[in-house]
Amino acid sequence: MAKPLLAVDGLRLRRASREVLRGVSLAVRCGEVHALLGLNGSGKSSLAYALMGCTGYAPESGTIGFDGKDLSGLTITERARLGLTLAWQEPARIEGLTVEQYLAAGMRERRENRMVAALEAVGLPPARYIRRTLDSSLSGGERKRIELAAVYAMQPKLAILDEPDSGIDVLSLGDITALIRRMAGEGTATLVITHRDELAEACDTASLMCEGAITQTGEPQSVREHYRSRCRPCDALLGRMGPDRPGLSEEANEKGGRA
Amino acid sequence: MSHFEAMADAYSQAGGDPQLLVLPTVASVVISGNKVLSAHAVPGVEFAAEEQPNGVKASIRVLPRTRLATPVHLCFGVLPERGLQEITASYDVGEDADVTFQAHCTFPNAVEVRHVMDATMRIGRGAVLRYTETHFHGPAGGVEVLPTARVVVEEGGQFVTTFNLIKGRAGTVSLDYVVDVAENGIAELTTRILGSGQDRIKVAETIRLNGTAARGLAKARLALAGDARGEVIGTTEGNAPETRGHIDCVEIVRDRAVASAIPIVRVTDPQAQVTHEAAIGTVNRKELETLMARGLGEEAAVDAIVRGMLAG
Repeated sequence: MAKPLLAVDGLRLRRASREVLRGVSLAVRCGEVHALLGLNGSGKSSLAYALMGCTGYAPESGTIGFDGKDLSGLTITERARLGLTLAWQEPARIEGLTVEQYLAAGMRERRENRMVAALEAVGLPPARYIRRTLDSSLSGGERKRIELAAVYAMQPKLAILDEPDSGIDVLSLGDITALIRRMAGEGTATLVITHRDELAEACDTASLMCEGAITQTGEPQSVREHYRSRCRPCDALLGRMGPDRPGLSEEANEKGGRA
Repeated sequence: MSHFEAMADAYSQAGGDPQLLVLPTVASVVISGNKVLSAHAVPGVEFAAEEQPNGVKASIRVLPRTRLATPVHLCFGVLPERGLQEITASYDVGEDADVTFQAHCTFPNAVEVRHVMDATMRIGRGAVLRYTETHFHGPAGGVEVLPTARVVVEEGGQFVTTFNLIKGRAGTVSLDYVVDVAENGIAELTTRILGSGQDRIKVAETIRLNGTAARGLAKARLALAGDARGEVIGTTEGNAPETRGHIDCVEIVRDRAVASAIPIVRVTDPQAQVTHEAAIGTVNRKELETLMARGLGEEAAVDAIVRGMLAG
């Protein structure tokens, strides 16, 4: 069997004296669309940040292998240049930076038609958006779509999409799944982080994350059923995850519960 | 090369299009040191300029109801390494006129140049004045720029101004604008400065919203590196009912640079509302990591963020 594109083994991460990842092991194959399901506060975003090498998310132990290379010690840039990227749950707003500049930033070779295709793929008319800036004049949903367009334009080997469906109206869930499938068709594997099991339906494989560990990996249908029937915010989660409040995004919890 | 050609060359370094300075259909004025090198008026715009020992005293009058499709281009500069230029300018924009001024101030060789701009502006009832001033200072940092403006915006008038100093070394900058806004008038002031080395930058902007429903926005963007120092003092007063004002200051600091912001919000009418926000510090970590996750190196990502902030 071919080696997985992403091979995470025994990843442990501690933040502010609490263990947020407790021996996570996960594999994503080339071109695979893999859902990572879990309640808010279960550690999904922390795993995404650790994979990407974000500041403050260096694991205590465990390994992250990507395309046959060990990612430990590599910067975010180095990881991105290997073909790994992340679409943030709440994308940053960068004043003055145009959509065009942002899309071009991730492309090895600037191609206008690729940018146009990327914006069209997320339902944004290119002529209306290409010169807009990534500031507060964009709605949360528009910013989120541009984040997905930037990932699509980049053509990475693996895209981690952190809650791509949050902040976008339910009707466009179909657009998101179509985009993920389109990316897969072009050879991009996707790790889709979500707490909404509908999105898992469109994936090849699903893993369930609970309290900082992967508890189940398999067919999306069976993982989804388990999630729907068994997963509820519980006292154990509230107690163990410290001050985190289910219902808030993990990012908001990271900020101390500020929405 | 003639003096005019040398100025036109410096003008293009500052971002201007020198062709516009010779087109008879475009209003323009070129002043080098204390010499008026050219002045093209167009119908509805009148210039008068008087050379002084250390500069020029100028008045620019836009007749009522004049609406210009193309901007008026102004070029000020000092070409030698050392010099003093004192510009005293009065701008009078008549009722219901609508004009745009694009001023370029260029000091490409400055080692010890002092540029003093003392402007008074009247924007008449219902008139619109957009005034953009873009500086180019060369690499030595030997420029001292002291622009002051006293602006009166009459009823329903609009004053939108932008001060850009993002090419070359800032040197010493002390900008001091005071704008009085009458009923239903609007004032929008934007300042963007890039400082490095030993640059010293002080921005003081005051908007007094004196008439009912007047609006004001003072926006400052400073990016400082090296040993530069920057201070932004934004004052907005709500002195009449339904006035709305906002101060918005962002300063990015790197290396050993030091930045401060002092927002002064003063309301003398209970129906007025004035707000302020300031963000000072290093480059936002999340913005940085977002760009790095697209493959930009850290330095390129910081540069993109700083350039974006100064362009926004």
